[in-house]
Amino acid sequence: MKITLGTVTHPGGSRVNKTGSWRTAGKPHFLHQRCIACDLCALSCPEGCIFGTGQKTYYANEDYCKGCGICANVCPVEDIEMVSEEDEHG
Amino acid sequence: MVKGRMLQGARAMAEMVALCRPKVISAYPITPQTLIVEELSQIVADGDLEAEFINVEGEHSAASVCLGACAAGARVFTCSSSQGILLMSEVIFNISGMRLPVVMICVNRSVSAPLNIWNDQQDSMILRDSGWIQLYAENNQETCDLLLQAYRIAEDHRVMLPVMVCADGYVLPHAYEIVDLPDQEKADAFLPFYEPIYKLDVENPSTMGAYADPEKYMETRYMIQETLKKSIPIVEEVARDFSNTFARPSYGLFENYHVDDSSTVVVALGSMAGTIKDAIDELRTEGEKVGLLRMICYRPFPKEALYEALRNAVNIVVIEKDISLGASGAVATDMRAIFQGRDASPRISGFVIGLGGRDVTIDDIKLAIKKAQQQFEDADFIGLKEELELEGIDA
Repeated sequence: MKITLGTVTHPGGSRVNKTGSWRTAGKPHFLHQRCIACDLCALSCPEGCIFGTGQKTYYANEDYCKGCGICANVCPVEDIEMVSEEDEHG
Repeated sequence: MVKGRMLQGARAMAEMVALCRPKVISAYPITPQTLIVEELSQIVADGDLEAEFINVEGEHSAASVCLGACAAGARVFTCSSSQGILLMSEVIFNISGMRLPVVMICVNRSVSAPLNIWNDQQDSMILRDSGWIQLYAENNQETCDLLLQAYRIAEDHRVMLPVMVCADGYVLPHAYEIVDLPDQEKADAFLPFYEPIYKLDVENPSTMGAYADPEKYMETRYMIQETLKKSIPIVEEVARDFSNTFARPSYGLFENYHVDDSSTVVVALGSMAGTIKDAIDELRTEGEKVGLLRMICYRPFPKEALYEALRNAVNIVVIEKDISLGASGAVATDMRAIFQGRDASPRISGFVIGLGGRDVTIDDIKLAIKKAQQQFEDADFIGLKEELELEGIDA
């Protein structure tokens, strides 16, 4: 990666900053059971890091997800739950 | 016949800035800088300079306007003093971080409190760590000469860093001196159009100085540090070219006034060098081996060149119009660091003088020299009024 004079970056350039490591309060787990593909989780995500192409396909890109829980909160069919990452790391 | 015209310093500086053809000028009035930008606004209003003069509500905005205009590819100018410099300081760091070749004059003045509008160099010294190149002028002719050189240095693609030309408040801009300014053709030949490496462009959107996390930020500071080191020979190169073009000496990093045969060398910056040279002339007629190294380029700090120039000195007497409160004078501290781990180890004494416009006399300079020859002084205040009772200090 090249650092230019004055750190000049172009649109999309901030993708190199993998800010998912800032996450401290768990991450969304997409159950893929009742999903109706309403897209609310993706539209509400302040990081724009939730993607899906139809029912039961949605996922969060954990390189950027901060674990804020908005997706789980807005899901009308309660198909997303926040899970602790501490168990994963032992 | 003497070449040049009798001009007030501020007028001469304004005319020199106009000869550099900035496209955008933005400033806010503050004594003793105001005269310079007043003159410039008149020059623009008269149609003698094709530039936008942008009036703003404060110095933070003035520096921000210059930052933005420079990022869009324009040559810019701003100017301030004292509290104005402090208010600008956030943007000052952004300008160097974004590698924008802004040029400004700092008309040196003390900082509050207590309120004092007179000259010293505390304001620009505070910004010595900002990544700007700092050049200190002795007189109005040199301030103008350094302005022309400042744009050449700043806009050199090997540098791309801002330059602050420092001129002592009142002593320079308010004084009338004969100043020789080049004609437009010669100024243009010395200073070609600014060609940015990066600029803001709606066809090719970009962000400057955006976000650098701990994985990247440190490299940006390393890049400025290395570039500043490499810009030392460029400052010299531009000064040499200036001297050849305009047939007038320009000293580059520092002026050597009887340094080579002197065992005692005074180190100082700015206009008080005139008084120091008078003191040295008198001492030399009495047979004393005393010289002056007048520093012009304080940042980047030319450590190697200074070491070579001063390695044979026994006593170095740093006399400065600033103090890092709680430590020593900034210049004295820097000078001492040069000799760490080297063969030469002169005694480097520090003297603080002329704060808040207190007069600097030939006798003051001689006293500092005499004290330094007798014993080491760390940050000795010269010229304190003994008749004043100082609460909390005097028993």
